[in-house]
Amino acid sequence: MQCHRSRAGRPARDPWTYRVMAIHYKRKAKTKQEIPTASLPDIIFLLLIFFMVSTVMREQDVQVRTILPEAEALTKIDQKRLVSHVYIGPRRLADDAVGESMVQIDDALITDITSIRAIMTRLITTQPNLIVSMRVDEGSGMGVVSDVQQELREAGALRISYSSRREGSGL
Amino acid sequence: MAGLLKRRKRHTAEIPTASMADVAFLLLIFFLAVTTIDVDQGILMQLPPKLEDEAQPPPVEERNLLKVYLNGQGQLLVEDAPFSVGDLREEVKKHVLNRGQLPNYSESPNQAVVSIKTERGTRYDAYIAVLDEVWMAYREMWDAEARARGYAHYDAFRATYGSENEIHAAIRPNISIAEPDAIDADDSGGS
Repeated sequence: MQCHRSRAGRPARDPWTYRVMAIHYKRKAKTKQEIPTASLPDIIFLLLIFFMVSTVMREQDVQVRTILPEAEALTKIDQKRLVSHVYIGPRRLADDAVGESMVQIDDALITDITSIRAIMTRLITTQPNLIVSMRVDEGSGMGVVSDVQQELREAGALRISYSSRREGSGL
Repeated sequence: MAGLLKRRKRHTAEIPTASMADVAFLLLIFFLAVTTIDVDQGILMQLPPKLEDEAQPPPVEERNLLKVYLNGQGQLLVEDAPFSVGDLREEVKKHVLNRGQLPNYSESPNQAVVSIKTERGTRYDAYIAVLDEVWMAYREMWDAEARARGYAHYDAFRATYGSENEIHAAIRPNISIAEPDAIDADDSGGS
């Protein structure tokens, strides 16, 4: 009973006494109750590097309204770097108003529909496996969609995807 | 001499690393904010290549062709008869899996062609609804084939055999998108 009274003035004990102490007073072990934070920056850096690698910057400012239609037979496009977007829809104006139907490719509004050919030819030479993601507003007419598709055929950009929402997702 | 030694001991050059985690956190939050997680998903289609010098597309026998026509009012015609979008999936399956039995349907799954034609004024969402039904018909046929081979669904079969597998070769989706008719009801669409 003498042993747990004082830690400061520790008398010299024989090894047997020490062993008994270790059994009885484990709670008073000398290890500090602290989480080691030295590796925290490393963990954060790891996360940071993961997000840096997986980030594709939002570089486009969409100037047309595109409410996508709903569909069921969807395929996910995993390789974002293969994708080039074509937006078709009524142009966004101030105060949530929309104007006439326009076509936008990447970040430029197209005024002359035949200029799509040159843009797509340029894109297809840099990326032969290009997938053109058509983000078309659900209220658009098929006439403009077909005109764009004819231009894509002329340029040889034949893989397209009608971008859609999953049916019943409510988004 | 003794003074010099003392100085050297006192100055240990250290970079303060306490703020390192904060800096990294800030960067992390920035990248979290700008990352787009939404995966682009849609109905994949392969456009026909550009026709060289007025060459005609290969002829398709009348019975192998399922003509789907969607007009500017969103009304559906299949083989020139009015049809509802809800029945289209079964009709496509019947057409593709006919294997020469009924005279007006296809001879074999690979010869069957589904042709979708619209008008310039047809709304895009109506077109997507029709195209979606046709694709779902093909997917359901693939699923049935995969189940006959002992897989739960076609995706499991494809995971084993790749996308160019025997089911895909047996029931190849031939969906042709015809150029829309020039009836220009309302080209600008939904405004």
